[in-house]
Amino acid sequence: MSGPSTYVPKSAFGKWFESRLPIVGLIHSSFVVFPNPRNLNYLWTFGGILAFMLVAQIVTGVVLAMHYTPHASMAFASVESIMRDVNYGWMIRYLHANGASMFFIAVYIHMFRGFYYGSYKAPREILWILGVIIFLLMMATAFMGYVLPWGQMSFWGATVITNLFSAIPVVGETIVTYLWGGYSVDNPTLNRFFSLHYLLPFMIAGVVVLHIWALHVPGSNNPAGIEKKTEKDTLPFHPYFTVKDAFALVCFLMVYVWFAFYIPNFLGHADNYIEANAAVTPAHIVPEWYFLPFYAILRAVPDKLLGVLAMFGSIAILVFLPWLDTSRVRSGRYRPVFQVFFWLFAINAVLLGWLGAKPPEGGYVLASRICTAYYFAYFIIVLPLLGLFETPKALPASIADSVLGKSGSANAMPQGAAHEPSNKA
Amino acid sequence: MKLISSLTTRLAIATLASVIVAGSALASGATAVPPRNDWSFAGPFGKYDETQLQRGFKVFHEVCSNCHSVNKLAFRNLSQEGGPGFTEAQVRALAATFKVKDGPNDNGDYFDRPARPADFWPSPFPNKQAAAAANGGAAPPDFSVIAKARTYERGFPNFVFDIFTQFQEQGVDYMTALLHGYEDAPAGFTVPDGKYYNHYFPGNVIAMPPPLLDGQVSYEKGADGKPQAPETVVQYAKDVSAFLMWVAEPHLEQRKELAFRVLVFLLVFAGLLYFTKKKIWSNVQGHA
Repeated sequence: MSGPSTYVPKSAFGKWFESRLPIVGLIHSSFVVFPNPRNLNYLWTFGGILAFMLVAQIVTGVVLAMHYTPHASMAFASVESIMRDVNYGWMIRYLHANGASMFFIAVYIHMFRGFYYGSYKAPREILWILGVIIFLLMMATAFMGYVLPWGQMSFWGATVITNLFSAIPVVGETIVTYLWGGYSVDNPTLNRFFSLHYLLPFMIAGVVVLHIWALHVPGSNNPAGIEKKTEKDTLPFHPYFTVKDAFALVCFLMVYVWFAFYIPNFLGHADNYIEANAAVTPAHIVPEWYFLPFYAILRAVPDKLLGVLAMFGSIAILVFLPWLDTSRVRSGRYRPVFQVFFWLFAINAVLLGWLGAKPPEGGYVLASRICTAYYFAYFIIVLPLLGLFETPKALPASIADSVLGKSGSANAMPQGAAHEPSNKA
Repeated sequence: MKLISSLTTRLAIATLASVIVAGSALASGATAVPPRNDWSFAGPFGKYDETQLQRGFKVFHEVCSNCHSVNKLAFRNLSQEGGPGFTEAQVRALAATFKVKDGPNDNGDYFDRPARPADFWPSPFPNKQAAAAANGGAAPPDFSVIAKARTYERGFPNFVFDIFTQFQEQGVDYMTALLHGYEDAPAGFTVPDGKYYNHYFPGNVIAMPPPLLDGQVSYEKGADGKPQAPETVVQYAKDVSAFLMWVAEPHLEQRKELAFRVLVFLLVFAGLLYFTKKKIWSNVQGHA
């Protein structure tokens, strides 16, 4: 928030309340009159979509938790009882499970928007790092959530991933024993994962508040990558972006409904409908699709500890992105060479995902190594060098100019605006 | 710049090539793909065929339930909407033919009593170990969600098309194929003692003996005196698989009906929002 709120309450009650807790003014300045660049495309709607998905997951999750039993002997049966006997339990369960996938689809699109348009660059570095923290919390939450139905994949996925921590020298084995609450994944593990799975989304909510706060200091980036200069460059959040975000959200919901209602088990694994059995190892242990690229990176490295470091490193490196990308031009729109490497990166990420589901044999191993090498090379070699050697295209003079072209002129007061756009430096 | 783009192109080609080569190398050891069947419950407007579910239940009851438990199926489910459509009286009568353990009573004793609709289908064995001991060391799997617990690899690009065609019937296609997939082992293939060769089972060696024979289960007769469906292994396989799909997904019909109504609502809502958005943005020059 830059500058005090311009909100003036109309009712006596409003004035009384606002002078004691200025929350209405806060909402007004953040989500009603807040100036957004007028050239935002639909990739900018995913932040709002993500906020909706967080609420959706919390609501469906809290209702599920009313009927779920986090004990190894009853977890699988309690989920089946939700599916069969709880009124619309099947719907709440499928919405929650597919909601997690939709959450990750949205977060990957949101991140790739950031990658392409340089949204991580100054002055939005902290905003970006908060995003990485949210992503890590999401991954932890999703991992623990998947364990809760206590199917074969729940159990064995938990076994594989928790065992990774034993790679830490000296203290690794002890850490894993305390993590498990025993000598293998068993009931104590399930119980504590349930507790943490309930806790983490609220931590995510807290970091999301910080994320939006950090965003509102400079305001949103935009496809041209140039900062707003005058009022002509922006439009108030309401009604322009509220309606645009609402439209995008409803389209997103149609995809969500398609998966959750028509093909609810498409993104899952059939083996998770088999109750967990410590004596029977599934032929192929795979995590949920959104973890597959990182799983591929983990298995690409032949050494256990280095593989773990590579997997965590592949996310940790995102923190340094604002400093690794040396280009002074923010948006990929004006960086033709960058675009080639960017699209290769995107294809590479999808390829890594596909490889993560394949058994680590034959040609898949070499392919995973090449793709992992490119993943890291993109951040450590390509981006730092590109900024130094690339000749970018000419930038437009302003956001308004990029939208209107030289011949048009932005009207001073677009009709339908809630208020005169406030002056934000 | 030219050197860089040719290097990256070559890198991309190399990656793709290694992936394609790997894919073809692995195809040779794969299990046979089950043939696709037409299921009444497939697709966005799918519904269970009540008479097929009743036939499938008969096959399950007379054949499969001797070895397989179905722990999450309660007798009362058989008279619920969207299922085989038995009446409550039929369900009560069916349940009463089973004995379940109950207790302790006020004397501290456990006792047997006839089952009620609220009870779950009793397992043929008292515990997993007894089930395994009676079946050559491998306990027959529980049937409650088996239709969702079985699948086969669709491969690229089929799995992309499946999103749009809503193909969710891998489990039932696999089970149907397996049930009539018993055959003589090919020359040179040794089947261990007490096991059987099946064309569709992963690894081809299955512990379950061929469970179905032509004419084994008699179906209800139609008006012309002939059974309403052929009393063949293939038909039994299809019917029991459909029944097991219902056991795994009893609310399938309600789910698909609700999906349609929600999608129509969202479509209309999206349309309204789209035109509202256009109207609000119409006075902002230079933006669609």
